[in-house]
Amino acid sequence: MSEKELTARQNLHFDELWAYDPAPESPDHVKIEEQYNLFIDGKFQEPAGGRYFETINPANETLLSRVARADRSDLDKAVAAARKAYDGVWSKMPAKERGKYIYRIARLLQERAREFAILESMDTGKPIRESRDVDIPIVIAHFFYYAGWADKLKYAFPGVDPRPLGVAGQIIPWNFPLLMAAWKIAPALATGNTVVIKPASSTPLTLLKLGELIRDAGLPAGVVNIVTGPGEIGSAIANHPGIDKIAFTGSTEIGRTIQEASLRTGKKYTLELGGKAANIVFDDAPVEEAVEGIVNGIFFNQGHVCCAGSRLLVQEGVADELVHKLKMRMETLILGDPLDKNTDIGAINSKGQLDSILGYLTDGVESGLQIYQTKCDLPENGFWCPPTLVENVSQAHRIVQEEVFGPVLTIQTFRTPEEAVSLANNTPYGLSGGVWTDKGSKIFKVGKGIRAGVIWANTFNKFDPTSPFGGYKESGMGREGGIHGLLPYLEISQ
Amino acid sequence: MIPDFKQAIPVDQIGVEERVARFRTRSIKKESKLFALKLALQMVDLTTLEGMDSPGKVRQLCDKAMYPYEADPDIPKVAAICVYPNRVRLAAGVLKGSGIHVASVATSFPSGMGTLESRIDEVKYAVDEGADEIDMVISRWAFLKGEYDYVFDEIAAIKEACGPAHLKVILETGELETYENVRKASDIAIYAGADFIKTSTGKISPAATMPVTLVMLYAIRDYYLKTGSKIGMKPAGGIRDAKTALHYLVMVKETLGADWLTPDLFRFGASSLANDLLMQIIKQKTGHYQSPDYFSIG
Repeated sequence: MSEKELTARQNLHFDELWAYDPAPESPDHVKIEEQYNLFIDGKFQEPAGGRYFETINPANETLLSRVARADRSDLDKAVAAARKAYDGVWSKMPAKERGKYIYRIARLLQERAREFAILESMDTGKPIRESRDVDIPIVIAHFFYYAGWADKLKYAFPGVDPRPLGVAGQIIPWNFPLLMAAWKIAPALATGNTVVIKPASSTPLTLLKLGELIRDAGLPAGVVNIVTGPGEIGSAIANHPGIDKIAFTGSTEIGRTIQEASLRTGKKYTLELGGKAANIVFDDAPVEEAVEGIVNGIFFNQGHVCCAGSRLLVQEGVADELVHKLKMRMETLILGDPLDKNTDIGAINSKGQLDSILGYLTDGVESGLQIYQTKCDLPENGFWCPPTLVENVSQAHRIVQEEVFGPVLTIQTFRTPEEAVSLANNTPYGLSGGVWTDKGSKIFKVGKGIRAGVIWANTFNKFDPTSPFGGYKESGMGREGGIHGLLPYLEISQ
Repeated sequence: MIPDFKQAIPVDQIGVEERVARFRTRSIKKESKLFALKLALQMVDLTTLEGMDSPGKVRQLCDKAMYPYEADPDIPKVAAICVYPNRVRLAAGVLKGSGIHVASVATSFPSGMGTLESRIDEVKYAVDEGADEIDMVISRWAFLKGEYDYVFDEIAAIKEACGPAHLKVILETGELETYENVRKASDIAIYAGADFIKTSTGKISPAATMPVTLVMLYAIRDYYLKTGSKIGMKPAGGIRDAKTALHYLVMVKETLGADWLTPDLFRFGASSLANDLLMQIIKQKTGHYQSPDYFSIG
């Protein structure tokens, strides 16, 4: 469209005439205990120090439950239980029997999918549409997928004798609590390791519920142990001499300390860290579908996604049209109650995260950036940030270089494919990237040029248990998912 | 300015279908549901296009259009009835003063394989008989052969023959196969003078689908953004139940906005849809489902 056409264009009215009535999922049948203990050696046990911390619903700041605060002695107990289960039962069990237990977890989750989805939305603030249609289905798919590998490891790595490592320590972030737990527990169990796992302190509930499910599934005591508590417990896991392998998903900053601790104590480790992915749109791309991909890339889970497409790179000739259509699409996004089936944008996960996001925006305004936000009303209680665009930015701006981890998209333009690739790679991160073009050859050329672990072409944020996921550079070490996701949990000898 | 129709506008099939899947997850409840059901009923082009359409059958259809559910005066009328040209005079007579439009298919419906002269004559005949809306078919053979100018010119000629009557251009998307073809045919029809673009004759399977309709809505939106002119949309064939109709309305609202939520700019070409809408409206109002026997057939 020409400049003249753009100035003459009309605006569409999405809010008038017909608004959808609330359509909330009822949380009535989701049982949340008043208090949760540590899941150690097959039973829920009180923490040695007798202390508990609160977990709230970030959409309305109401108390959901109180959760045990583990200390060092609790962790020792969990590691000892995991070691006993590894030595006594799990490493000796025929692999196909191990597989059956994992299949059982998958089936039980399938039966209770709705309950887990509702609880996940309550504890994280993410829309039920996502927890119901994305998080929980992929959780289940991961358990099914890795259950299948349990008795086929020799075929995954032919000619070698793959053996488990022992006790795996796993540290989970708050953006996809149950999904990241599944990514870690499923391959660990399938390969014959036992687990000590720690959820993020703001989002422990679905993993604790998974603990109940694992207990009810009859898994041998100590195979999976859940310790809840503050960040120090994560650090203690990384430093614990009884743990053989660390799997961490979280910020690059904490990832560095985990890496140091793992190296010092001689553990194998995998790290899934931050990202600042470029979503590159060429002028021959399907524009409407690219808009949709941009929306899914940055506003999915309020932008609390390590592989979010947080930097839009758009070819100059199509930039005005694309950004105009993106703004129109943003006006149709519904922000509000995460349990409402029509909600597209839920709550920011915590007060701290909201402050961090708003800090970036305030700084941006001070340095003269154009900030565009949708006109939606924000609820009074809870933590909220409307979908946000930052226009006229360049590589020099902090908001382009650092991971905001919120619903904030920066927009830059480029002229040639080479320029797009160099902009995309000009970041310490390298987790994911997107390419939008109608031309297949361009997908391969540009896709190869981007130094990132996952490249999506004409789509974004697609996950599948068969596909390895992980980053280059400061986005991490190792891969989760697929055959590749088995390797970090195995000792391979000839 | 008329675009170069040889240049395809890229459409990603998977992306379009994913977008549609997301419209389908919208949950429409309570008052917003009742509002949408009544709106959908007002958008129905009640249709009968059979070789066996006798005058008696068409009269029944007209009565149904005026009195969808006489027991409840709150129930609105449908937008139009849609018939063959030789039933237009009868329909126009019965519907006179009701505000219900009389649409006639024409131009050698459904294949379009007549001479241009005979097709134009048919349009003039239908308008003379009292049709105020003409549903034409395009020459799919010419479109698929790449003769876009031929298709453009035939639409322009038929638009001229319509005089004051509104022109709906049927693309017969079931024969065009790809979404890029649907987009291109939509653009040709819009630039050649269509007041409405319409998916299907109902004689070819598949008829209307949500992804096809979405691609057509994008064409309408781009034209509006460029020119400020509003073109209407009519999916036809295969929309039988109220739930599907509400999904279409969600798609219209979230693509084109509230301005298009009117029978002046959006229609459903359907026959059995009206009674399912009625049944759901009564359910919404009373809390009970009634037997289909409580709703008159058209």
